[in-house]
Amino acid sequence: MYHYDEYDHALVQDRVAQFRRQVERRLAGELTEDQFRPLRLMNGLYLQLHAYMLRIAIPYGTLDARQMRKLAYIARRYDKGYGHFTTRHNMQFNWPKLEETPDILAELASVEMHAIQTSGNCIRNVTSDQYAGAAEGEIEDPRIWCEIIRQWSTLHPEFSFLPRKFKIAVTGSEADRAAVKVHDIGLIMRRDGAGQAGFEVIVGGGLGRTPFIGKTIRPFLPKEDLLSYLEAILRVYNQLGRRDNKFKARIKVTVHETGAEEFTRLVEAEWLQIKDSALKLPKQEVDRIARHFEPPAFRVLSKTAPATEARIARDRDFAAWVRHNVAAHKVSGYAIANISLKPIGKPPGDATAEQMDVVADLADAFSFGEIRVTHAQNLVLPHVERDRLPELYDRLAAAGLAASNIGLISDIIACPGLDYCSLANARSIPIAERITERFADRDRLELIGEMQIKSSGCINACGHHHVGHIGILGVDRKGEEHYQVQIGGSASEDAALGRILGRGFSADEVVDVVEKIVDTYLAHRNAGETFIETYRRIGQDPFKERVYGAA
Amino acid sequence: MGEEVEDMDQVVIANRLSDGLVVFLAAAPGSLQGEWKLRLEQASVASDDARAQELLALGVAAARQEQKVIEPYLIEVERTAEGLRPTLYRERIRCQGPTVRTDLGKQAEAREV
Repeated sequence: MYHYDEYDHALVQDRVAQFRRQVERRLAGELTEDQFRPLRLMNGLYLQLHAYMLRIAIPYGTLDARQMRKLAYIARRYDKGYGHFTTRHNMQFNWPKLEETPDILAELASVEMHAIQTSGNCIRNVTSDQYAGAAEGEIEDPRIWCEIIRQWSTLHPEFSFLPRKFKIAVTGSEADRAAVKVHDIGLIMRRDGAGQAGFEVIVGGGLGRTPFIGKTIRPFLPKEDLLSYLEAILRVYNQLGRRDNKFKARIKVTVHETGAEEFTRLVEAEWLQIKDSALKLPKQEVDRIARHFEPPAFRVLSKTAPATEARIARDRDFAAWVRHNVAAHKVSGYAIANISLKPIGKPPGDATAEQMDVVADLADAFSFGEIRVTHAQNLVLPHVERDRLPELYDRLAAAGLAASNIGLISDIIACPGLDYCSLANARSIPIAERITERFADRDRLELIGEMQIKSSGCINACGHHHVGHIGILGVDRKGEEHYQVQIGGSASEDAALGRILGRGFSADEVVDVVEKIVDTYLAHRNAGETFIETYRRIGQDPFKERVYGAA
Repeated sequence: MGEEVEDMDQVVIANRLSDGLVVFLAAAPGSLQGEWKLRLEQASVASDDARAQELLALGVAAARQEQKVIEPYLIEVERTAEGLRPTLYRERIRCQGPTVRTDLGKQAEAREV
């Protein structure tokens, strides 16, 4: 993985020192909150419902064991013993003290981490595929390009005050595990007719108040032109993006109002001016970055995994874990092991300090010290010898980390909602907890199969409800928590926005409604069909009838 | 409906600057100095609007001059057998802590939302 050079170290340490002085001045009363707020937000420090919240970047979702141990240490020493993994490769601590935040940032800097650009109208943490470097059929490790984008976008003077925040996601695989089509810019690695690798460039996706699936503005961009093309997009957006209305300021609205065709024309015209500038990526620089992402020293292993196969044959629970949580690895004899942070009845994405330490130890013992964070709020050990899966599983189970539900109905994305967030209108976590309890039965989980429920506590859609197979949106209705339900969304390569089913429901009703939707699917599905396939075949009406009764 | 609108009981709520925790203003009538308390029960309750505005002015002045709290504002509370209870569920959660992880923090204490 990437390691800081002297410039990275200096930049991050300077920022810690600068923020330490700013905090001192604030605590001494020399800065007002209005003066201080933008300064703390530039360092990822929000003020939430109950306390400050610190959002820490995990660039393109890659962590090593040492960094994970540091997060565990921070959780224990400076917070309440736990942290929350978000949908954009961040870790959020819910209870940091302002007076201790500079110390936390210094701790992070010591392991090459920071909270820069995790807030504000700038280019945020670049996200990627959690299977990067391990996925079968991947064109290239997308993290090379993520790191190049990170270096370009960090403290980029021209793009520090954009009309609104800006999020980029990159995948190197056909299968989209990074929700690239609902990002401001989504990049999918492709090959052109000559077999050269490059990027499909998708612009103007996003969720929130006005959801859009992104539009492809360039089917193939050569790799060396990546930064000049991104710069051209950002320049056009920086000029055209609306600063008069916060709700219309994201690039998705710019693309929509300008028209994708005209927007593309403007980008291409700008690009022609800067295409052959200093932004053209020299091969030796790309190679230098790529060396940081060279594969670990994989052993030559047998294709067969007798210990794992024997355990599968006799242990139903282990078999279920392998079936759902383990994915194919590009190297023979290796596997990708997902660690679900969605145990029954617990907040999605939360991990205790003890669990973080266990994951760090397991990464060292099983996965060359490497850990990944997923946009679905789970963790991954990317390089595990397939025949050591039983040993890994037992150690995960002992730490309460062996929930076997990746991609199933209890693998719910949920934003913090009104339990923590000052923007929320309703709670999100307790709804998710109750759904996992309702669908705790293993046979039923298996019967339902692939199903993504996503839950947000307000219209900003941090819980991705628009792209859930079932999406739940919490609203405030006359002083009560109320929930709208939508179905038919998808965050994958077949990205789609869900449609609202009809009138909303009370907190008490909403889990029953989810169950009715599931029952309708089970009653209508053809053999082998997933929920989303059945929905696309039969449409919304049968679900509506079941939920609301015949019209 | 048609009944006279009674003044609601109100308290001043804010976040403490140093650690962000939710605090409540306690100040005797006419006092120019208040204290910020961690528990709703320790808050001064204004039962009419004049007193509420007095408390808010004191809180805002304290936030500006002493810089010890952030964004003080008034919330409505009702007196129940169990003590003070904010009328809005958002403020109930704010006063009592998250409704999850009820094994720690102030939410580990008895509550209802």
